[in-house]
Amino acid sequence: MSTSAPVLADPAVIAKYEPVIGLEVHVQIGTRTKIFCACPTGFGAPPNTNVCPVCLGMPGALPVLNRRAVEMAVQAALALECRINPYSRLARKNYFYPDLPKGYQISQYDQPLAGHGGIEILTGGSPKRIGITRAHLEDDAGKSIHDGFSDSDRYTYVDLNRSGTPLIEIVSEPDLRSSSEAYDYLTALKEILQFIGVSDCDMEKGNLRCDANVSVRLRGAPRFGTKAEVKNLNSFRFLKAALDYEIARQVAVLEGGGTVVQETRLYNPDTGETVSMRGKEHAHDYRYFPEPDLAPLRISPEWLEELRSAMPELPARRRRRFLADYGLREYDAGVLTQSRDLSDYFEQAAAAAGDPRLAANWIMGDLAGLLKHAGKEIADSPVSAAHLGELLSLIARGSVTSKLAKEILPRMFESGEGPHAIMEREGLETITDSGELERIVAQVIAANPKQVEQYRGGKASVLSFFMGQVMKATRGQADPAAVTGLLKEKL
Amino acid sequence: MSLESLTVARIRAQLLSRERSAVELAREALQAAEQGNQATNAFITISPERALEAAQRVDQRIARGEDPGPLAGVPVAVKDVIVTKGVRTTCGSRILKDYIPPYDATAVERLEAAGGVIIGKTNCDEFAMGSSNENSAYGPVRNPKALDRVPGGSSGGSAASVAQGTSVVSLGSDTGGSVRLPASFCGCVGITPTYGRVSRYGLVAFASSLDHIGPFGRNVRDAAALLQAIAGRDPRDATSAAAPVEDYAAAMNGDVRGLRVGLPREYMKGLPAETGALIYRAVDELTRLGCSIHEINLPHTEYAIACYYIIATAEASSNLARYDGVRYTTRAKDSGTLASMYRNTREEGFGAECKRRILLGTYVLSHGYYDAFYLKAQRARALIARDYAEAFREVDLIAGPVSPTPAFQLGEKTADPLEMYLADIYTVTGDLAGVPCMSVPCGETAEGLPVGLQIIAPHFQEGRMLRLAEAYERAVRR
Repeated sequence: MSTSAPVLADPAVIAKYEPVIGLEVHVQIGTRTKIFCACPTGFGAPPNTNVCPVCLGMPGALPVLNRRAVEMAVQAALALECRINPYSRLARKNYFYPDLPKGYQISQYDQPLAGHGGIEILTGGSPKRIGITRAHLEDDAGKSIHDGFSDSDRYTYVDLNRSGTPLIEIVSEPDLRSSSEAYDYLTALKEILQFIGVSDCDMEKGNLRCDANVSVRLRGAPRFGTKAEVKNLNSFRFLKAALDYEIARQVAVLEGGGTVVQETRLYNPDTGETVSMRGKEHAHDYRYFPEPDLAPLRISPEWLEELRSAMPELPARRRRRFLADYGLREYDAGVLTQSRDLSDYFEQAAAAAGDPRLAANWIMGDLAGLLKHAGKEIADSPVSAAHLGELLSLIARGSVTSKLAKEILPRMFESGEGPHAIMEREGLETITDSGELERIVAQVIAANPKQVEQYRGGKASVLSFFMGQVMKATRGQADPAAVTGLLKEKL
Repeated sequence: MSLESLTVARIRAQLLSRERSAVELAREALQAAEQGNQATNAFITISPERALEAAQRVDQRIARGEDPGPLAGVPVAVKDVIVTKGVRTTCGSRILKDYIPPYDATAVERLEAAGGVIIGKTNCDEFAMGSSNENSAYGPVRNPKALDRVPGGSSGGSAASVAQGTSVVSLGSDTGGSVRLPASFCGCVGITPTYGRVSRYGLVAFASSLDHIGPFGRNVRDAAALLQAIAGRDPRDATSAAAPVEDYAAAMNGDVRGLRVGLPREYMKGLPAETGALIYRAVDELTRLGCSIHEINLPHTEYAIACYYIIATAEASSNLARYDGVRYTTRAKDSGTLASMYRNTREEGFGAECKRRILLGTYVLSHGYYDAFYLKAQRARALIARDYAEAFREVDLIAGPVSPTPAFQLGEKTADPLEMYLADIYTVTGDLAGVPCMSVPCGETAEGLPVGLQIIAPHFQEGRMLRLAEAYERAVRR
């Protein structure tokens, strides 16, 4: 490499190159117990308390595969449109590390659970399909703690609570062409996995972790460049920053007349740089071989079908259905399918209201405002979807004006009661008694002879004046349509 | 009264008639083990506390008028590769010299639930790697039948203890012949059940796809009683079989007339004359019992040793990775870095044979060699298993030698690992195929050294195998 070359290339130079990125994402599967033993998977327990002979790697202990972890991994793979292999194998990945108690990780190698999938992402406003090479099951290691103890200068401590936590590793094709695409892909992946309830994807708890394979090539070049693997991209911000750094670094190397070295690099969030961890010549030989303690994993067609039918509808499909069945606007359908809770809420409220577009407006408008103000999620909304639907059905039927409903909703939000209870208590019933309304209309007409004359003289706009007067007299409780009808009749 | 004359059935009768208590018997056994150990070094750890507690439970059950269990009060020795909660389990290795397991192996739980009394942990080759019991960090075991000779390995201590009369039955483990070879060398009965018949949970792994726990006894019925107690599905071992467990005592009451017994040509040709003569004499006895003898072929036998030493070492290199100095392993002192802690711990902790097999196994799994070695060995293994499947279409059982020679001298083969490996030539195929097999004594050489007859059965046909072994044993003792 040329010694005078800058470490990072300029944006104008980078633009001549096309980055090629693939992501390896590790996601914790949200089972209650670990993948090979019955220890709980909870986060935050005192160190080395959620452990047993199996996840401690005690001599003689044996793994037994958690059925639920398999089921959730299959569902995750289905959501990523993967083909599920009817026969797959667990395999040992051998390496030494203090927080790896067995001296090997139980993973999958040449016969993974699933593969040949892909997801559609929205990037720069347009859709793009990103291929998923494979998705496989594995167990997590423990955690090495290098700091914070009085003797941390000499010792590393190990917490094995995480050891044996079920993971699914999702490997993408090298289909990503920028750090933003990588960001959008990871976002989409996270949304899907959260949506189907396989994982909370909480990056802070380490439940979603990401490594990237990055290379660059001159735009139009037929072949991929030499790639580097960048590790430790454990937040969305780091992912983008690390990829941008690595892309600029590789371009600078090439522009300086050098060659990119195939190696593993570690991202350091403090400096924002990637640094070489180990070169190709020091690459681990993991000596994979089939795990003899576990039988091959067979997914029968019946089991697969059972799991498929138990899956919630995926966001993309639901979005399409919302457009087609409910006539929602594209934007609204997108917002309402961002989370499973929100879209479930919408569907319930829309059904109860009998008017999906009205439900969409209220959920994204007034209700969203109330929730935001109270710092609550839709799942914790004090106004149930049924109650909101009830209120909206009153609007749709003309029993309550929108204006009145806007007063009722905050009270429902406060008390958790349904609309009828509040209207009854506060005397907010819409006047539907036509005799009473007729009397009020007659009063208003009698009290404003000048405007009556104007109206009769052809000034139709005066009607809204009368409407306002009637509403004032009824404190907004009159049905506007009924009032209009009556006014026209009497005038 | 010596333990040597006791059987499982006789102990039960004595306890039930209150002729003696389980605690008295346990004390005698513990004392015998202490004394006997001076001659044979069969035990690494003797466990009086655990033994007396178990014996007390048996006595209490009898006092309450409850059934004390099929192994009531029976002194049992357990190979030191099978974990015992609170009782040191070394695997014959320096690297685990202070390891106290926090849990019991399933087989241990089950044999104690049946009333068995564990008196101690027996010596063995380090991590069950060896054919002579000379690879123990705790010294070799001496053959009680000839103290200058090896007891066979790797379960040498378990076989020696039973043969010597310091226990009545014992547990060993068999990966390539480690139960049958010492049974043959020490003149007792040793059973390697079908793979999956007895849970491996708590058996410290050497080669997971080949490891079996198996019982020893001085007679077939005693060994079968121990097998009965420990056999059966265990949810903690994913490779344990759900197939129902036969009533072995009942199976042994059946008739052996008409059983078709195969004699593998590959085993008999080239067999040293003295061993050959004893095996043929045993086969004649089987004929007298009404069995028909058929020559059969197991054509892939010649690949068995190579195949075995690839698969077993590959798995071992992975299974032994956990002994790294981080947790329970005895950690080498004064290691400045993580890498040097690993290196020093394993350099100091493992013996030569373990290191040799870890290196071999690491090599055969390495990138670029996997297909040529490991995968090819797996294909050979499938062919060996097919040999058995095809043979068992023609015959009900197979009989043959356990080993080409009787017990050899201590130190005789330690210089030549390959010659040592060949002691397992007739036993590894059974492990590779996962079929049940056993050794039953069939006489002695001119020097008075015991020789075992091997009987091999189709998967889960332990009952048939035991029936023939028991009928043969009864016939030759008459």
